Amino acid sequence: MANYSTNEFKGGLKIMLDGEPCNILENEYVKPGKGQAFNRVKIRKLISGKVLEKTFRSGESVEAADVMDTELAYLYTDGEFYHFMNNDTFEQIAADEKAVGDAVKWLVENDVCTITLWNGSPITVTPPNFVELEITETDPGLKGDTAGTGGKPATLSTGAVVRVPLFVQTGEVIKVDTRSGEYVSRVQK
Amino acid sequence: MTDWTPTTSHTARLARAALLKTIRHFFDARGVLEVDTPLLSQATVTDVHLDAFNTTFAHAAGPDAQTLWLQTSPEYAMKRLLCADSGPIYQICKAFRHEGAGRFHNPEFTMLEWYRPGFDHHALMDEVDELLVATLQCDRAERLTYQQAFQRHVGIDPLTARQDQLITALDTHQIDIDAPDTLPRDSLLQLLFSMVAEPLMGQQTPVMIYSFPASQAALARVNQTDPRVADRFEVYFKGIELANGFFELGDASEQRQRFNQDNQQREANQLPQRPADERLLSALDHGLPDCAGVALGIDRLLILATGASAIDEVLNFPVSRA
Repeated sequence: MANYSTNEFKGGLKIMLDGEPCNILENEYVKPGKGQAFNRVKIRKLISGKVLEKTFRSGESVEAADVMDTELAYLYTDGEFYHFMNNDTFEQIAADEKAVGDAVKWLVENDVCTITLWNGSPITVTPPNFVELEITETDPGLKGDTAGTGGKPATLSTGAVVRVPLFVQTGEVIKVDTRSGEYVSRVQK
Repeated sequence: MTDWTPTTSHTARLARAALLKTIRHFFDARGVLEVDTPLLSQATVTDVHLDAFNTTFAHAAGPDAQTLWLQTSPEYAMKRLLCADSGPIYQICKAFRHEGAGRFHNPEFTMLEWYRPGFDHHALMDEVDELLVATLQCDRAERLTYQQAFQRHVGIDPLTARQDQLITALDTHQIDIDAPDTLPRDSLLQLLFSMVAEPLMGQQTPVMIYSFPASQAALARVNQTDPRVADRFEVYFKGIELANGFFELGDASEQRQRFNQDNQQREANQLPQRPADERLLSALDHGLPDCAGVALGIDRLLILATGASAIDEVLNFPVSRA
């Protein structure tokens, strides 16, 4: 099993903690002039999503997590699993509901998502930063009204609900920022 | 390679030159002599938590190659000058520590160190204060004992707290470290002090912390009226440890005893032994004038002077680009 020394710590490094793969977000080297050195790190647990702080003695080794990101296109769901495909090798991988999590409301067929694999199995699915989805339902809104009044809720084809300007109507396709869940613009069909 | 470029702005380079000029003027006006001592030494420090770089001198005057050590500070050589009646002296030099690079750490850095015969640590703190005002245009420093600062920020008395109370305090302050019971008492104190107290201290004005626990005396005298503490001080400003000073220990036999204690601790920690610097001990034997001395990190002072967020912004070529 590979190990990392605290000297190798930096943002993005994947380590094991309490049996769970984690991503180092920040690493701070703490060394009083006359005292022992420590590394204080901020860590995100990749399965639970919890962010926590942990202190290590400098020079300590920590088990590496076999975690890698792959870019895969979303194909379909069979109701239980979500199927993704590598567009180069055509290799397919199925992620369960837990791995997909909140990304489910942004999954668009053929969109390339980032799938994080731990020991070869998907643990998280990150949608593209921007997706285009059709509005299936929204109030007609008032004619002549302009953007900037707070807008109205709109339900998208995936079930996601976003706030849109009043002039946007059912049946239109909109661009959404998946990181904030906010409306960006209308898309010309 | 694309990383040949400096990590500094030209403004930071101008600030360094101006700072050095101010410091030299400060000491010149006070009759403190600028001196120069070797960076390479035949002996090194025994400190358990200081690791020195070394190199091999293949042309030594003898049959064998010699190990030479890059200094972790100019302290020993400057004390030898003091013992040879140099009077008040200062030095701006490179110091080297074999440890990690970080936001405020580079293994090679610039140090200002000075010694004042006839001063105790309180008189020297006054002078450090004046230097900070002259270089940072800040307000006068606040002064607190280690015990006061620890009680204020960590909530327990560092001089009387038991091991289990220190471990509980780690929990209280959300410091999560494996097997804290295996950490020596001083490491627990340092962990709490550097992670809890330091970030909160000296946000508006610098703060000088004095009367460190005697177990962390390093090269300071043990206090005459309260032997639980040593006449050592540290300066912090905006979360940065800036300087460390002592009312200097002059007693050669006590100094030798501390070197031996360090080596015993080194053995317990499975670290290599470091022979005592016999030239320093001989000089102390000859007689060190009563004096106080302090070492101040110039790069960190520059971080504060320029408002930089990390040491790389004030070093032309940090170790990753050296």
